[in-house]
Amino acid sequence: MRFAIIQFGGSNCDYDVEYILTSIIGIDADLVWYKERLNGYDGVVIPGGFSYGDYLRAGAIAARTEIMQDVRKMAAAGKPILGICNGFQILTESELLPGALMLNNYPKFICSGTYLRVENEQTPFTNRFKKGDVIQIPIAHIEGNYYTDNHTLQKLKERRMIALRYTDQMGEVREDTNPNGSVENIAGILNQNGNVLGLMPHPERASEKILGSVDGLKIFKSMIDYVEKKAIANQRNRSK
Amino acid sequence: MKYIIDITVQLKAGMRDPEASTLQRSLEQIGFGTHELTLAKKFHVTIDAESETEAEEQGRQMCERLLANPVIHNHIITVVKK
Repeated sequence: MRFAIIQFGGSNCDYDVEYILTSIIGIDADLVWYKERLNGYDGVVIPGGFSYGDYLRAGAIAARTEIMQDVRKMAAAGKPILGICNGFQILTESELLPGALMLNNYPKFICSGTYLRVENEQTPFTNRFKKGDVIQIPIAHIEGNYYTDNHTLQKLKERRMIALRYTDQMGEVREDTNPNGSVENIAGILNQNGNVLGLMPHPERASEKILGSVDGLKIFKSMIDYVEKKAIANQRNRSK
Repeated sequence: MKYIIDITVQLKAGMRDPEASTLQRSLEQIGFGTHELTLAKKFHVTIDAESETEAEEQGRQMCERLLANPVIHNHIITVVKK
């Protein structure tokens, strides 16, 4: 199994993700510069950072690079695409995910731990969780305020596209557990097919005991389980 | 023919803009009471085009494909001959 971690000018969580995938989990992962192409990968991680200095809008310029056409194709082929923080912003700017990420309600860079509730456990990224699990993963952003109009919000709910919400330790969604003003405390959303996830929290920063939480590791491992199960199912179909 | 496309990109009406409200509070602190304050981004783009209509169409495409995000923004385009 081989994952690609895309590097844009200004990505800065790329090596952290690589370290978790290769050294902690033990799969193959390549750092892929945005001018290269994505060939033969089982999945993609778009890491956090400040691609192109957040010029114009966070993620806007990276979203329009050619490599994102490859990401689009992989997404259409059902491969898992995970966008973390700036990666989430790039996915909304690419329209691979609905909505937009705006300046935090209180316009300050927030770097802190958050509790999240798993809203949909039947996805390639959350299959190691149970519905309603409360997990701990930190955030670090100034433009993480998820916005979408009511019509799209309704669709997100009906199709279970909300993956994670900011809550308290008990999993309660409240206004004071919303760090950035996101509509309905949304921390992460899926595309309609469920194989593209964007989230503001950084799972790679919650993937080792020494960091205080290993809940983020479960997201990566869920994704790997998904790829493995899919490969086995494909093999069975072929031998039928 | 050279044309200047003037593009203003702003948040849709009624959307909360923390930067604007911070500036409003800041103005108040130095003695300016205000009823409303909105912010916009302005782009001046000089291009070659056959006509004003073509220049405007290019401006529209620039907004759709990069300069504005239709989820949150409106844009206004005006074209002048250089």
